[in-house]
Amino acid sequence: MTTTTPVLAGQATAEQPPRTMAGRVRKRLNSRTATAVSIIIALIWTVPTFGLFLSSFRPEDDIKQTGWWTFFTNPQLTLDNYNQVLFGRSSSSGQLANFFVNSIVITIPSVLFPIAFAALAAYALSWINFRGRDWLYIGVFALQIVPLQMALVPLLSFFSRGVSLGGITLLPAWDLDNEGKFVQVWFAHTCFALPFAVFLLHNFISQLPGELMEAARVDGAGHSKIFRSVVLPLITPALASLAIFQFLWVWNDLLVALIFAGGGREVAPLTVRLAELAGTRGGEWQRLTAGAFVSIVVPMIVFLSLQRYFVRGLLTGSVKG
Amino acid sequence: MATVTYTQATRIYPGTERPAVDHLDLEIGDGEFLVLVGPSGCGKSTSLRMLAGLEDVDEGSIHIDNRDVTHLPPKARDIAMVFQNYALYPHMTVYENMAFALKLRKTSKAEIDRRVKEAAGLLQLEEYLGRKPKALSGGQRQRVAMGRAIVREPQVFLMDEPLSNLDAKLRVQTRTQIASLQAKLGITTVYVTHDQIEAMTMGHRVAVMLDGVLQQVDTPRALYDKPSNVFVAGFIGSPAMNIKTVSLTDGGAKFIDMIVPLTREEVEKARANGGGDKVTIGFRPEDCDLVGPTEGGLPVVVELVEDLGSDANVYGHAALDGVSERFVVRTDRRHMPNMGDTVFVKPRADHNHAFHAATGERI
Repeated sequence: MTTTTPVLAGQATAEQPPRTMAGRVRKRLNSRTATAVSIIIALIWTVPTFGLFLSSFRPEDDIKQTGWWTFFTNPQLTLDNYNQVLFGRSSSSGQLANFFVNSIVITIPSVLFPIAFAALAAYALSWINFRGRDWLYIGVFALQIVPLQMALVPLLSFFSRGVSLGGITLLPAWDLDNEGKFVQVWFAHTCFALPFAVFLLHNFISQLPGELMEAARVDGAGHSKIFRSVVLPLITPALASLAIFQFLWVWNDLLVALIFAGGGREVAPLTVRLAELAGTRGGEWQRLTAGAFVSIVVPMIVFLSLQRYFVRGLLTGSVKG
Repeated sequence: MATVTYTQATRIYPGTERPAVDHLDLEIGDGEFLVLVGPSGCGKSTSLRMLAGLEDVDEGSIHIDNRDVTHLPPKARDIAMVFQNYALYPHMTVYENMAFALKLRKTSKAEIDRRVKEAAGLLQLEEYLGRKPKALSGGQRQRVAMGRAIVREPQVFLMDEPLSNLDAKLRVQTRTQIASLQAKLGITTVYVTHDQIEAMTMGHRVAVMLDGVLQQVDTPRALYDKPSNVFVAGFIGSPAMNIKTVSLTDGGAKFIDMIVPLTREEVEKARANGGGDKVTIGFRPEDCDLVGPTEGGLPVVVELVEDLGSDANVYGHAALDGVSERFVVRTDRRHMPNMGDTVFVKPRADHNHAFHAATGERI
């Protein structure tokens, strides 16, 4: 039988109350009160940041004596804090410009490497048939439960002593100094990011329709071509959201950078310097406010420019097409 | 231009006992349009995918034009495939979709352009070359999928239920388009469908499969007129043939008081090989008449009458050996019975099919 009756759908949805639980919840979340409440929550959430922002422009004496809200009765603004923090020459001031560059040098490779490796691994784990594939994936997945802190010492010893087994050196020590320490940070960040990145991208890549891969194979594409021409363009939203996550994590990271790069001026990122400002110059926290905003600027730019993908990336798995 | 030969080709999915395709022997001629048809899970798609190289061949071999392709990867087989959901690359325009395979073969830009334009012209896709698949309707996507296969100028076209995502009207239209396109290009085509009307209208020959086993390969006409077993008889034709297993007498098959005459040889064959005194008789709804109460027809109580406009299908039941059996008869609109009436059904002589009651094979 070929004749099928066309199903009349979408007629009776508009006015009836939604039948499912999810439908009711969705409807309530769309109401005006819900919108108003969420706007209020958002405002309350923003107040501390706003206070910090305002403080960063107030003169030193004002900051130390009064709260930021007194600004409205006694408006006085200055760029002194930023000036000191970014370009100050004395060792007690920030000199953040230098650390800012370090942060960028650390972050960019630490974002690109894990994403590149994870995309390749996720493709292989999803679409190449080989023995033990599922166990390998489960292993990678399980690695997520290893806390970062547990891996610090072994990784550090791996860098400084290399790997030896029963007196035989398998890998020599890395012997990295000064700027070379960046490599250690990149390596560490890549290692720590990979399990989650593989997991996330695997979810995306394995949900691409199999017929697409088959069509590409029939068209004459090999794995590398399929990966580049079919898979990569289709998972850009996932790559972008992963990039945002990883970027924020690396940019805000203090622990890994401090341990693997040390606090030296040539290699330490912004976060290390900010921590020092707070620790050694606790009294001068007018600089802290400005410093914090300098370090926020880049994540803000990244987030706003990739936000489009971010939202889409979170939805891609659930919504077809 | 190529022939395709399956020799004892078998596919057993890992972890299953029963082969998905069981020792398939099939020869497809040069330029032939062969349709593989069967209920879902019968192995027709698997057979096609084995030919495409997307599925391993566990036993036997497959040849394209006398070249053994059994273990070659898809790209070495020179085939093009149209998928059920089209599998268009969503991030590429229609033009790029069609050009993708050619680019991979390092065809020159001018040649790619010529072939894509030509295929687009053939399929009325010229206006849409710059669009992405999501901006196309179902029918247009289907044509792009066809176009992607055509530009390859392959040795064999493989189509896996390419019409099942279209609405009924478009399906009928596209059906004829594909058939005429195939005739024009003259490329050997293997077409998989579960729809027997598609199979009967499009195929030069039709192969019916069940549970991984090939049941019969023949022209649509022969398949309809001489089904080789009970399954084929019941599968081909709509509404389905009336197939009943009844008692056998020396004169023929006994439907209550009506005797469907069988020749002496037929009766002997039915009795052999454990057939006992039963025989399976089939007659098509259109191969019987409604007769008067005294003319020796089978009394059937009408349950439902389907008025199709041109004629009508009468559904009803009759008690055979105490068991209520359903019957379908196609009748003239002028003589439509009412629900609850008793009509007398008489199969036309020489239009019935006899099958062995135990083996189901045609006698």
